[in-house]
Amino acid sequence: MSTRVVVDPVTRIEGHLRIEAMLDDRGVIKDAMSSGTMWRGLEIILQGRDPRDAWAFTERICGVCTTVHALASVRAVENALQIKVPPNAETIRNIMYLTQMVQDHVIHFYHLHALDWVDVVSALKADPAATAALAQKVAPSWPLASAGYFKDLAETLKKFVASGQLGIFQNAYWGHPAYKLPPEANLMAVAHYLEALKWQRELIKIHTIFGGKNPHPNYLVGGTAAAISLQHSTAVNMGQLNFVRTLIQGAIQVVENMYLPDLLAVASFYPEWTAIGGGLGNYMVYGDLPQNGISDVSQFRIPRGVVLNKNLADVQPVDPADMAQIREEVAHSWYDYSQGKDALHPWEGETTPHYTGPKLPYKQLDENGKYSWLKAPRWKGHAMEVGPLARMLVGYASGKSEFKDVVGEALGALKLPATALFSTLGRTAARGLETRLAVHWLMAEYDRLIASLKSGDSSTADTSRWEPSSWPAEAKGYGFTEAPRGALCHWVHIKDQKIANYQIVVPSTWNASPKDGKGQHGAYEAALLDTPMADPKRPVEILRTIHSFDPCLACASHVLGPDGRTLAEVVIR
Amino acid sequence: MDLLSQKASTYEVLREHGVDRRSFIKFCTMMAAALGLESSMVPTIVAALENKPRLPVLWLHGLECTCCSESFIRSSHPIAQDVVLNMISLDYDDTLQAAAGFQVEEIRQRIMKEYAGEYVLAVEGNAPTHDDGVYCMVGGDSFLNILKETAEHAKAIIAWGSCASNGCVQAAKPNPTGAKPVYQLITNKPVINVPGCPPIAEVMTGVLTYILTFGNLPELDRLGRPKMFYGQRIHDNCYRRAFFDAGQFVEAWDDDGAHRGWCLYKMGCRGPNTYNSCANIKWNNGVSYPIGSGHGCIGCSEPNFWDNGPFYERLTNIPLIGIESTPDAIGATLAGAAVVGAGAHLVSSLIRRGTQSPASRETQKPASQTERR
Repeated sequence: MSTRVVVDPVTRIEGHLRIEAMLDDRGVIKDAMSSGTMWRGLEIILQGRDPRDAWAFTERICGVCTTVHALASVRAVENALQIKVPPNAETIRNIMYLTQMVQDHVIHFYHLHALDWVDVVSALKADPAATAALAQKVAPSWPLASAGYFKDLAETLKKFVASGQLGIFQNAYWGHPAYKLPPEANLMAVAHYLEALKWQRELIKIHTIFGGKNPHPNYLVGGTAAAISLQHSTAVNMGQLNFVRTLIQGAIQVVENMYLPDLLAVASFYPEWTAIGGGLGNYMVYGDLPQNGISDVSQFRIPRGVVLNKNLADVQPVDPADMAQIREEVAHSWYDYSQGKDALHPWEGETTPHYTGPKLPYKQLDENGKYSWLKAPRWKGHAMEVGPLARMLVGYASGKSEFKDVVGEALGALKLPATALFSTLGRTAARGLETRLAVHWLMAEYDRLIASLKSGDSSTADTSRWEPSSWPAEAKGYGFTEAPRGALCHWVHIKDQKIANYQIVVPSTWNASPKDGKGQHGAYEAALLDTPMADPKRPVEILRTIHSFDPCLACASHVLGPDGRTLAEVVIR
Repeated sequence: MDLLSQKASTYEVLREHGVDRRSFIKFCTMMAAALGLESSMVPTIVAALENKPRLPVLWLHGLECTCCSESFIRSSHPIAQDVVLNMISLDYDDTLQAAAGFQVEEIRQRIMKEYAGEYVLAVEGNAPTHDDGVYCMVGGDSFLNILKETAEHAKAIIAWGSCASNGCVQAAKPNPTGAKPVYQLITNKPVINVPGCPPIAEVMTGVLTYILTFGNLPELDRLGRPKMFYGQRIHDNCYRRAFFDAGQFVEAWDDDGAHRGWCLYKMGCRGPNTYNSCANIKWNNGVSYPIGSGHGCIGCSEPNFWDNGPFYERLTNIPLIGIESTPDAIGATLAGAAVVGAGAHLVSSLIRRGTQSPASRETQKPASQTERR
């Protein structure tokens, strides 16, 4: 252990994350710590409130994966109150879910992750004509690919650099030996960075149509608030539906003709990253995209299951309702559990925050002590990875043909075996392949909505249990979804028409968790082990692997008691 | 400052990006319109953008959800790319920054020194104050300390969104981490509050371009909000206002009134008490806004809006129809005769529609505005 590398803040993520990595004298990472350094306490804020409002509070857990907490929340309350939403509401929610997933994955690839692989300064040396030739070869169906276009962009870049104000690109790791793309590929990627930034404003308008705004569109317990009426100009009608369809068509173009080709092109220059960053090898998926109600798991487009130890021959069942499967530990988290307890189910959870880290400001954390505001959730005692790679692997291992097709096609194009998926690059590629499935599912869900309207059903809300007077005195429910970053579940306990308890276990807590009582690393930590670093002062390698998970730390919002100190009964992140 | 004069002006950068003068003037004219300025102000904008170097901006993130950044990149006039590459110099921003770790800390230190008194500090999120700020730490120090340090030499501070302006969700009761908005922590600098969860994208870029153009802050109301975007109630600009006046309301989700786009007042809409531009600028390049898509406004740009719920309970404190008032005067109105006004209006709508007494569902609540600073 000759060197300790500290990356804090980890940028191009949501929220606040600190990574400390211990390198041996050959510059290889031998131990790593993932520390969540923020904490907001939303679950306690929810206590005593109207459960119909909970979606709005929990949606504010995250503005990047905006909507996923709202979706999990309305599902939890509907589960508790036994509300079955109309089929149109299920379809519209699926459309909003997929819109978010596609837009979020594209933003992640281009704006949060690409600069780990793309050297902006190298792009200055690119020959515009050669870049055009490359672009037309790599992405033949993407229209912006002329030599003139790239010449203008190259001039723009040069002038930007010459202005002396480099903004978000200053002081980065340009020229680092880990960057492998030729100048022309870098220039093409910069062009697509800017095009994706412009385009992401478009697709998300689907949220504005059905939810009134984005970020943070509106949801509704019982269905959707936006009514559909083909006979009025004041509800969702043919005009808006056509707009939705046009936006989906545009998204298909972006994903098929720009994102996927870029992903495969970049991946082809970094084959060594199919052997780095694999990590745990344990994957968990709750599943999503119901086709016949949220309780019919067999009809989900995204199947549920667990894969352990990279064994794709065996998919194990997982039940987010069975709390015996999920337990949280705090051996390395800034919380205390009452005497004699080392792991607790979310339903019986305790959160007694107790910061025992170093006095501020500090230089380093203690890997043998407590070092994070995140707890360590475990499935049957195993540390798990969640997210796009988990979903693609469980879909693949479940024998779902759609999953097998896109995975097989990509592996064939890159001439890689399936085992290449267990890696940093595999994680990044899985996100792109999932986006490809998602954007076509998006059109399929749109068609499903139109078919329903054609059959004469335009209802979007079940209001039979809207009034609190119609509720039982006490009810418990849970609501899950597959957020862009992985498996998410909310648990709600309603008593006397108010929220008695609200608990959330989010994807980034699974992935970014610290070690547990047995010393098992969380997914980020495990994925960093054995990574060689070329220059410990410029941690490109760490950023590649951490960004491949798409961290979202605001979700790590544990609870504090009303006195700002302690509390029992209310768990969680 | 000499340092600034060495840098390229916004116009120069735009020229270098292939923008011709005609398009540039057109852009300036559109900006003037977006900012609600007289056409005689266009030459001022042109002159400012031609001659000023790009404004250094340090964009810090505290306890927040990043929805403000996400909204910002959705801006259509101007688009985020133009703001970030051509108008300002976004020198520090956790979300988009290429560098990480100590390299970004170096940037912050350098800008604070080289551009002392010249840079703008943009704050997304707020600072937890309990337990020495350990609930939000960046680079091994508390966000609270970093915020104070970065504010010290800032020319001005923009508080993005409701977290930085009002406290927002983590400051809702019982505010477990002691989260406080910027104006309560930094009292010796001008702070411009741009509330909303998140603020509308074009409001964010509008505030930035105003500062860039005129070199000072836009006129603010007593809550520190730019009057040009927060000067009117959503209710006053809402296309469903006519149905409110006519007593035609949505009574249940997906009912006939919902199909006909009637007023959402009875479903808890906060439009009558919320000062924002949602009904006129609208969201995501004018596509819709919450009320336009069938859900009431939840008042997300108002102080303490999380604690003024439940969201689906109707307001009882709407000012009388036809009263035109300023944000400053409205608080007094709400605290006083407002309840009577809404009541009288409801009686008239009741007679017209023949429904059951709405008064039976009403709950008296204190006027939110009276709690403001």
